[in-house]
Amino acid sequence: MDNAISVSHLNYHYADSDRLALNDINFDVAAGEWVAIIGHNGSGKSTLAKNLNGLLAPDSGTVEVAGMTLSEDTVWDIRSKIGIVFQNPDNQFVGATVADDIAFGLENRGVPRPEMVERVKDALARVKMTDFADREPARLSGGQKQRVAIAGIIAQQPEIIILDESTSMLDPAGRQEVLATINQLRDELGLTVLSITHDIEEAAGAHRIILLNDGQIKEVGTPEEIFAHGSELLELGLDVPYAAKLKEALSERGVKLPDGYLNEERLVDYLWTLHSTM
Amino acid sequence: MNKLLLGRYVPGDSWVHHLDPRTKLLASFYYIGIIFLANNWQTYLLMFIVTLFIIYLSKINISFFLRGVRPLIWLILFTVTLQILFSRGGTVYFHWGWFWLTEYGLINGAYIFMRFVLIIFMSTLLTLTTQPLSLADAVESLLKPLKLLHFPVVELALVLQIALRFVPTLMDQTTKIMNAQRARGVDFGTGNIFQQMKAVVPLLIPLFVSSFTTAEDLATAMESRGYQGGDNRTKFRVLKYHNSDIIAGVFMVALTVALVLLKN
Repeated sequence: MDNAISVSHLNYHYADSDRLALNDINFDVAAGEWVAIIGHNGSGKSTLAKNLNGLLAPDSGTVEVAGMTLSEDTVWDIRSKIGIVFQNPDNQFVGATVADDIAFGLENRGVPRPEMVERVKDALARVKMTDFADREPARLSGGQKQRVAIAGIIAQQPEIIILDESTSMLDPAGRQEVLATINQLRDELGLTVLSITHDIEEAAGAHRIILLNDGQIKEVGTPEEIFAHGSELLELGLDVPYAAKLKEALSERGVKLPDGYLNEERLVDYLWTLHSTM
Repeated sequence: MNKLLLGRYVPGDSWVHHLDPRTKLLASFYYIGIIFLANNWQTYLLMFIVTLFIIYLSKINISFFLRGVRPLIWLILFTVTLQILFSRGGTVYFHWGWFWLTEYGLINGAYIFMRFVLIIFMSTLLTLTTQPLSLADAVESLLKPLKLLHFPVVELALVLQIALRFVPTLMDQTTKIMNAQRARGVDFGTGNIFQQMKAVVPLLIPLFVSSFTTAEDLATAMESRGYQGGDNRTKFRVLKYHNSDIIAGVFMVALTVALVLLKN
């Protein structure tokens, strides 16, 4: 498979700071892959997302998205391939009603109205918000607004979805629902998903994790590889998944467990075998 | 805060609700214009019958309209009183210094009272039966000819739409900041006028700053969703005239003719 995103030697610094916000970033994301970007506050996660679709222009380095190199000429083409769902659902709601908001991106691209109506309807159905089409944003909950934001991106039919801490303001149930929706879309449409997150359980479900620290890539690896570091992650200002915490607590109490990260399922399996051999 | 005129829209399913917002906007202005044609009791009676008939068609309870008059009642009474006390002519009932209570004065006072009520009823009807959003669409559509004069109609419409969309959001935020400052000991609405004005500062400045954040976030979100300015955009929302709009237009013309025939 081709690379959906490929970044090499990316540097970026904000005008009011002499520190590099992004320092020599290199990574590739394969088409159809779900990659999580984790890191503490101020590690450069959101800056990275904005560099990918040209909202911020890199100081040096190249960004390639869907076969196009990011430049002034390609920036709008690249934006049509990448959909970003931002953190605060209120501040990214442009339209006066749900349907208007979903149509906003399509209007911008001059999609003819009959097709627009179809795509809005389809996007609403995918996020299960069909009954809310005429609602105003003030009458929606945070989770519902976030789902509308996702529907707005889906309607644009991008190849890549970037979730910039989009689930951070949701309750656990809403978060799970949104992630399930995105996952389902990824399966159906072959989307590439880049999720920037503080939610460690969300990251644990990704194919690969990019660990950012102070503007640099500390490590790229599968969740198993990353979470095998255990308490080292805590020193980087990050959390570890529940299964890893449980494993640690068990080994402190003398239960012998294999090295490396076990996800919940494998931990359950192992504990179950452990019990049966006794 | 919930007394705000905007967004007092009453959802309904009546003939008036389904009229095109452009028709409603134009017809309301036109109606307010032709009220000034009325100058005797026949014409005012006609206007009242017509207004009550339209209100009946809108299926909205008359109490909403009376509530619309209430905040303006002092202005109305003040104007009517002045009119009664200072107009002269016809039979004089009472006379003391500057003040005259005359036949013409009473009649004029009554006319002005009715004129006020009719105007308020009609503008209330417009806001009650039309969503602010459709009104914004109507304004955009009606201003379209100004494009020829290089007036930025599309941008104005976008600004109007975003402003309307953020009214409730900003109100929520205002309430939140007010409560947050109250919890920290700020006393809103007490003391003399200077103290009260000073108390508003801790409300206004955070609101102002948070508007900047919102504006930046919104601009980022709009740009990443491909917004490149007003040109070459298609529209999701379209306005269409129907038969009922023609009926409304014909009705307005008929009303004007009737008024012209009946007036002095």
